[in-house]
Amino acid sequence: MIVNMEQSAPTVAPKRKPVPRHWGEWVIENLIQLAGVSTLIIIGLIFAFLLREGLPAFFEISPATLLGVRWYPIEEMYGLLPLLAGSFIVTIGAVVIALPLGLTTAIYLGEVAPRWQRELLKPLIEMLAGIPSIVLGFLGWVVLAPLIQKAGAPTGLTAFTGSLILAYMSLPTIISISEDALYAVPKEYRDGALAIGATKWQTIWRVVVPAARSGIVIAIMLGIGRAIGETMAVMMVTGNAANIPALGIGMFFQPVRTMTATIAAEMGEVAKGSLHYSTLFAIGIVLFLITFSINSIAGRLVGSQGSRRSGGQL
Amino acid sequence: MHTYSTAHTCNHNWKQRYLLLVLLLLLLTGLLTSCASSQTAAAADVGDASAQRAIQNKGSDTIVNLALAWAEAYRKIHPDISIAVTGGGSGTGIAALINGTVDIANASRQMKESEIEEAKANGFDPIEFTIAIDALAVIVNPQNPVNELTIPQLADIFTGRITNWKEVGGNDAKIVLLSRESNSGTHVYFLEEVVRMGEKENKDIFAPQTLLMPSSVGITSEIRRNPNAIGYDGLGYVDVEHEKMLAIAKDAESPYITPSVETGADGSYPISRGLYMYTAGEPTGVIAEYLDWIMGADGQQIVADLGFVPLPTK
Repeated sequence: MIVNMEQSAPTVAPKRKPVPRHWGEWVIENLIQLAGVSTLIIIGLIFAFLLREGLPAFFEISPATLLGVRWYPIEEMYGLLPLLAGSFIVTIGAVVIALPLGLTTAIYLGEVAPRWQRELLKPLIEMLAGIPSIVLGFLGWVVLAPLIQKAGAPTGLTAFTGSLILAYMSLPTIISISEDALYAVPKEYRDGALAIGATKWQTIWRVVVPAARSGIVIAIMLGIGRAIGETMAVMMVTGNAANIPALGIGMFFQPVRTMTATIAAEMGEVAKGSLHYSTLFAIGIVLFLITFSINSIAGRLVGSQGSRRSGGQL
Repeated sequence: MHTYSTAHTCNHNWKQRYLLLVLLLLLLTGLLTSCASSQTAAAADVGDASAQRAIQNKGSDTIVNLALAWAEAYRKIHPDISIAVTGGGSGTGIAALINGTVDIANASRQMKESEIEEAKANGFDPIEFTIAIDALAVIVNPQNPVNELTIPQLADIFTGRITNWKEVGGNDAKIVLLSRESNSGTHVYFLEEVVRMGEKENKDIFAPQTLLMPSSVGITSEIRRNPNAIGYDGLGYVDVEHEKMLAIAKDAESPYITPSVETGADGSYPISRGLYMYTAGEPTGVIAEYLDWIMGADGQQIVADLGFVPLPTK
């Protein structure tokens, strides 16, 4: 009896399952699901690979060496500080240049520009994002570097040159995200401000921009994320000297070596499995952690802004 | 107008889905074929190596890239002959030749008396072939008034003990140091012969503010536009119209020698050395043909392409 019941159960079960209307739909749905899941799997694999190749460096090289001030792998000097300093100086420079430019462009587009200008400028700005970084690097190498040298720096290949290129590269991100944030500020805020006698400038600067604050912070974060991971353009124009410049405004006008450029320049010739090799992967882990934390902070801010927007506007 | 557009969107959705499906399939086939092709390539290499006896070529790491380039080019003309090239250092190559495990030893120095005697004890005379010359020109901008430097002065400049041109008879300007990336053989040679002045126990390294250029072209183009830069490059890369080669003296008492193919070849220019191949006794058959080809026009063209000094033409 029991056996019978068990046998009958599977024959009944398929009938209860909803039969897909189109086989094609079923295939597509599953493929899309596979694509979604595969992204997760690939990210997991990348991280596992980074850890496998890079972790030995943290165990085999003493912390004192890793925190040293010289990066000179052929003499087993694996100090990461100059590389970290290089990446941070270039990125900070880029944000300082790109933020005011990007924010004012976004304000102009969102609050001031007539509709036809807006329609014309937005696609053009988005086109900036499509320029290959190597082309910008080449421009920096041929045009910017000689200009900066003429302006009085000992060499044109400086952190500032890299910052200018990176600022240009992160502008589209900063402009479009902060413009979205400004757009999301409810119309009532502007109406209210204008109604109590504020000028247009006061409305923008005192009401709209503060209301879009978190969106603008996200724009900055994503701009930083874009800048810190860039490699080729930076490698061409920053001079790649693994030097820790003295703190001060002068540090922007000295050659630096970024983490990304170090990996790109040295990976080609390094012996697989050597200490140098795993140290390059260790730099990769550090970079991954930095961009990951920037993105997750930005993500958290996006979440909080999203809920406020739906509450305010709709 | 509204209904019209929705009808279209519906249609579009289907098209988009099929497009997505096709893209996914393409991606999958791409992944599979790339895996498969890399496997077959690896298998082919193994097959070739075991199918016939290869000419064994081992030794100097300075020569290894040159030897590989020769082996690859030679195989295109003589597909039936395969040449196995390994590095390990000049001493390793010479030891292997003495022990009879290689056909050709590569060395960036001449054999020592003791090594020649060991070879004779094993029953053969090692035969020396000069196959290329490794000469580095120290270059500055043509506007730079400095024309000559000694090796100790160069060591002081590149380690950062001298930072101003006026200390070596030039303008009152900061010296901008240029070097190849540390994974380049040229970098290591310059480090050993100039920065450390050829002293084995000397552990000096390049100053941290040295700009590391990913290519020879990087060095030459910075030299062309920067009157205060100093760099070094293989003689083959120097364009005397835009870069000035310094005359170099071994020390303050020695004569200053301008680098050229002649002074490189006769050994009077201090930053040059011969590169050698050794065979066990007079070479015969395919090995003799291979060495003839290396020292002929085709082989020496590769020497020039890789930035070494070709042999003076007979």
